[in-house]
Amino acid sequence: MKLKGAIYWGAGCGGCDVAVLDTHEKLLAVAEKMDLLFWPIAMDFKYDDVRALADGELDLALYNGAVRNSENEEIARLLRRKSKTLVALGACAHIGGLIAMANCHTKDAIMARVYRESESTLNPEGTLPLEKSVVDGVQLELPRLYNTVKTLDQVVEVDYYIPGCPPVSEQIFNALTAVFSGELPPQGSVIGAGTRTLCDECPRIKEEKAIDAIKRTIEVIPDTEKCLLEQGLICLGPVTREGCGSRCINSGVPCRGCYGPLEGVHDQGIRMVGALASVIEGKDEQDIDKVLDGIVDPLRTFHRFSLAASILRRKRI
Amino acid sequence: MKRVDIDPITRLEGHGKISIFINDDGSVENAYLQIPELRGFEKFVEGLPVEEIPRIMPRICGVCPAAHHMAAGKAVDNVYGVDIPPVAKKLRELFYMAHFIHSHAAHFYALAAPDFVLGPDAPKAQRNVLGLIAKVGIELGGEVIKQRAVSQDIQRMVGGRATHPVWCIPGGVTRALSAEHAAEIRELAAGQLAFAELSLKLFDDLVLSNPQYLELIMGDVFEQVTNYMGLVDENGKVNFYHGRVRVVDTEGKELFSYSEPEYRDYIAEHVEPWSYLKFPYIKERGWQGFVEGSGTPLYQANPLPRLNAADGMATPKAQAAYEKMFETVGGKPCHKLMVNHWARLVEMLYAAERLAELIGDEEITDPNVRVIPSTTPKEGVGIVEAPRGTLTHHYWTDENGIVTKANLVVGTTNNNASINMAVKKAAQKLIKPGGEVSEGLLNMVEMAFRLFDPCFSCATHSLPGQMPLTVEILDREGVVLNVVSR
Repeated sequence: MKLKGAIYWGAGCGGCDVAVLDTHEKLLAVAEKMDLLFWPIAMDFKYDDVRALADGELDLALYNGAVRNSENEEIARLLRRKSKTLVALGACAHIGGLIAMANCHTKDAIMARVYRESESTLNPEGTLPLEKSVVDGVQLELPRLYNTVKTLDQVVEVDYYIPGCPPVSEQIFNALTAVFSGELPPQGSVIGAGTRTLCDECPRIKEEKAIDAIKRTIEVIPDTEKCLLEQGLICLGPVTREGCGSRCINSGVPCRGCYGPLEGVHDQGIRMVGALASVIEGKDEQDIDKVLDGIVDPLRTFHRFSLAASILRRKRI
Repeated sequence: MKRVDIDPITRLEGHGKISIFINDDGSVENAYLQIPELRGFEKFVEGLPVEEIPRIMPRICGVCPAAHHMAAGKAVDNVYGVDIPPVAKKLRELFYMAHFIHSHAAHFYALAAPDFVLGPDAPKAQRNVLGLIAKVGIELGGEVIKQRAVSQDIQRMVGGRATHPVWCIPGGVTRALSAEHAAEIRELAAGQLAFAELSLKLFDDLVLSNPQYLELIMGDVFEQVTNYMGLVDENGKVNFYHGRVRVVDTEGKELFSYSEPEYRDYIAEHVEPWSYLKFPYIKERGWQGFVEGSGTPLYQANPLPRLNAADGMATPKAQAAYEKMFETVGGKPCHKLMVNHWARLVEMLYAAERLAELIGDEEITDPNVRVIPSTTPKEGVGIVEAPRGTLTHHYWTDENGIVTKANLVVGTTNNNASINMAVKKAAQKLIKPGGEVSEGLLNMVEMAFRLFDPCFSCATHSLPGQMPLTVEILDREGVVLNVVSR
């Protein structure tokens, strides 16, 4: 019998949906195995169509994007209830993603910036949008915006994770194939990625890691063959799961960790601090401090994609 | 009063909901398009090294990441006042042409065409890209899939990644194009060009040759008179990567043009208490509400607006297609919103021709793709045409190149007021007293936003937009007009 599936986006950018589209002709093979009963970017089914399904009627739901507001959460809960298997697709659903850098600010500070301080905005009265408003005699509501960006599994139980910003299309297809065949690892596993570090798949030449100066990418044109970390550029390769095909590294820039932490590691950023500590060269504490001072904005360098899933989760303000 | 919700709106990029309020007599009183999401890019990039900006900003939108990559890339060059090597400019534009082909093809085939090929009131389970391929056959469908894949592959070969590129950096790009990749792209370019021509022919066969659709395009349901914006080169031709922003009025006469740092002299954004999404308008005319027609401060920025604003296309085949389009629709400027679908394909043809020109350039594999800036960074603006409208990125930094402030005016936001007016007008003209409000009819209301190819992920990079329509059509004095502009 044909399977039933759904794809949904929470607080995301659509890149995961494009990654699904970028399976190209393989998407037709997916459609042969599974009828998609909900996929807002490409299909016309509405929330009410999902609400009308029986609980557990969907064999598979892919949820991409983080949980940022009450609508994201409502649909995450709805899809959880309607699905036998719920998969967090992409970095935002998996570990909060890049947009969780917003957890360094409050919702109010973001609103003030956009509506009152923005240089192209003329708003002499300081108007701010409201959750409930009455316009021409009718009331309109907006979802409640959360102060903190959350991962999907901070809201509902997640069965599997497909990492990446966005996930590599081939990896999505492989993960779907595993779901269709039922050959899946234990619940809670990461699928559609390897188990080693990115360094293990990275084609660059690695020698001894001994860093005596940390540089910004704007300061150097790095050697195209050698390890970027060894050239003094912060690269999250040592603490990031393999599976992306080294796409940033092959573009000439270091990894920022979108494929998330390794198996059994809770906090990718803290792991990076540890990794770095073991390769910094310096004869004394002062010397080492000088090297470390070269790291600009360590919080959002080490937790570029994983702040929401980290021990910190957000800045206390 | 009865309320009909379309939730979520579908076959677009991002989130949205339409609420239609219907009077007891069955006529539409009002319609509201609400956008319920927020992320916060302008704020959360504060404190980051500015060279990280081009690799962060594409995450605003996974459908047009290259547009944000290019606007951010140009802006950070300007933060340092650095002139990038000539080949880096060519490579960025080459990358961007492939991106336009992908983005325009994705919109036309996956989002828009199902309404025309299967019909606006086809069963909703079929009214999508899979239904489209089933209808047109695997041979044609396969070619569409293949050529969109090629446009993504070309971006990968040039810049390393298609979705969420990381390759622009202040001073140029982080890798050169290899001779092998250049040779491969040269071979693929012909296929991209043939695909763009095929798409225009399909539009002719499937849409223009169908009297019902022609009426939909040329009728008054999807018509709106505003000003138009687009980037033009030194000859006044459409350009996606560089040039001046030109705005023409409702008659097609140039109102003004501006360079990147001047955008705030000409454009301002309005805030409504009932909306999370801002409303850009022409600054000197002042905010006047939701008004179309002569004198309106509102403008559109999108494929048809770009073609309306420019004097023509810089490549021969696209120029011929441009002339044919305006001849058919009754001249320039064209206020028929549905013609955006056609203009999108004319632009795709231009992108394919320009791509072939650029890859044919002997210098394209020059390894000198980057310079390290030596000046003290301060402030920079970058403007490109995103597939969905003029895109402006603006950054300020301290003397170490750490971002202190960021301001963005993105493609779809330009069209915020226009999209709202279009949805309301479609609802009012399509939903008639005594008639049934069918699913197919509601889909036709959705076609009013779909033609804009809106990207509400882009538009809500900052905040969740609620875009309710208080669309009263007012004149300058605030008197309600009965606007039917024909």
